[in-house]
Amino acid sequence: MPVGMLKSLVFLLSLLPLGYYGWGIAQDTLGANPVEALTRGLGTWALNFLLITLAVTPLRKLTGWHVLMRLRRMLGLYAFFYAALHLATYLWLDQSFDWNEIAKDILKRPFITVGMATFALLVPLAATSNNFAIRRLGGRRWQALHRTVYAIAILAVLHYSWMVKFDQSNPLLYGGILLLLLGVRALWREQERKGQLAGKYLPKIRGRIIPITPRQ
Amino acid sequence: MRKYNEPPGSEITPPELHARRREFLKTSIGVGLLAAVPSAPTFAAAFQFGADAKKSPFSTVEETTPYKHVTGYNNFTEFGPDKDDPARLAHRLITRPWQIEIGGLVNKPVTLGIEDILKLAPLEERIYRLRCVEGWSMVIPWLGFPLDVLLRKVEPLGSAKYVEFISAVQSENMPGVQYHYLDWPYTEGLRLDEARHPLTLLALGLYGEVLPKQNGAPVRLVVPWKYGFKSAKSIVAIRFVENEPRTLWNKTQPDEYGFYANVNPTVSHPRWSQARERRIGDFFKRDTLMFNGYAEQVASLYTGMDLRRSY
Repeated sequence: MPVGMLKSLVFLLSLLPLGYYGWGIAQDTLGANPVEALTRGLGTWALNFLLITLAVTPLRKLTGWHVLMRLRRMLGLYAFFYAALHLATYLWLDQSFDWNEIAKDILKRPFITVGMATFALLVPLAATSNNFAIRRLGGRRWQALHRTVYAIAILAVLHYSWMVKFDQSNPLLYGGILLLLLGVRALWREQERKGQLAGKYLPKIRGRIIPITPRQ
Repeated sequence: MRKYNEPPGSEITPPELHARRREFLKTSIGVGLLAAVPSAPTFAAAFQFGADAKKSPFSTVEETTPYKHVTGYNNFTEFGPDKDDPARLAHRLITRPWQIEIGGLVNKPVTLGIEDILKLAPLEERIYRLRCVEGWSMVIPWLGFPLDVLLRKVEPLGSAKYVEFISAVQSENMPGVQYHYLDWPYTEGLRLDEARHPLTLLALGLYGEVLPKQNGAPVRLVVPWKYGFKSAKSIVAIRFVENEPRTLWNKTQPDEYGFYANVNPTVSHPRWSQARERRIGDFFKRDTLMFNGYAEQVASLYTGMDLRRSY
């Protein structure tokens, strides 16, 4: 499949959750508390896309499908898209844009504080998810900035866990997947470090070695 | 010592009735014949559950929440943590036979079968607001009678200050009971004067029918000015005690679930504000009322108390 077609396919598939909730609100099929279902559903999908984005690099390494890399930016932007909608439902449907209440909520309630911080940290990543920003910042700085996504993902899981009443099975599942995704990176990094120390990248030496000794 | 399994008092036929057993046979044959004639449906209607329930002056005139939401969106943690778990799984609850043991600091401890309880007092229809601690609310037409009718029967001692309610545990039928981070059985409690308040209802039905299992069949408490979790479901024991009883949610998260748990828009839950609520069926939230709108009836119970501390 050509890359362009794959990207279009993933783009449309990623809109399915939005379609599901949009249709559910319109047809009243989201149960007794549709607003809660919508808010939670959008939050869940923001987290899903965040983890899917974080899965791209490990999956590419394991499978050798380098085309996955071409989807990463779009998947990350979808994480931001769903997070923005999730936040909007809270601001509008839960708080009716009562900024005074919202400010109190952010200051007083740890799970809201963490949720807001998570979103605030996502904004610069979304804003720099384009070629122009990469050129402007330079690859290294851009990469350093985008590595904050690891912290963002941890905060997102924490936000979920603190929101839940008592049944931590879902937050634990997300936490476990995140641990795996971050753990495998740490492991590979460590292996790489050891490999470098062991001279993995030194050119293969053929023939006789003439030691160079400094003159007296 | 007992040599055999003595039948409970409720099953022993009084001697005068026993003497008239032939008469009973004759009349019941007569009733049987009567039931066979075409007028039978009207005859049966007279015995229909809740059919002659009195309307109560305590009822709200607000629009009731649709039956499908009242019976489809429930917190009944014994059946699981999600709102649709009770509707899916509560059919496994066994509600017959059912007994409530009432004891503790009382003169006349008693164990009543559900049939006896149904006959204790005429059923009333009470349309109450229900405010969940999670920030949503409903309006539910309950069927029941004041809890005090039951409490009076056992003659509480002067030393009794609180009433404790214990809900059923049927481990094999309740998947939620396997969540060990909650300390089953579900227990709740009220101060004696709260328990005896005329608004405090012992509910046996809703929407004109026998209480659905997901709503706490066969018998539950409804305390409309407190957050919903105070209204214990599927009650098997009521105990009169001297000291404030520990309750399941209070043991689990004491800072989130106080003993009093009066609906109070000015006292926040640690994780969200209680100032507003979403009435099921509404898109936007509405303001939460002090004591869930029952301040006129119950505020006097708490005069001189700091409701911020006794949340």
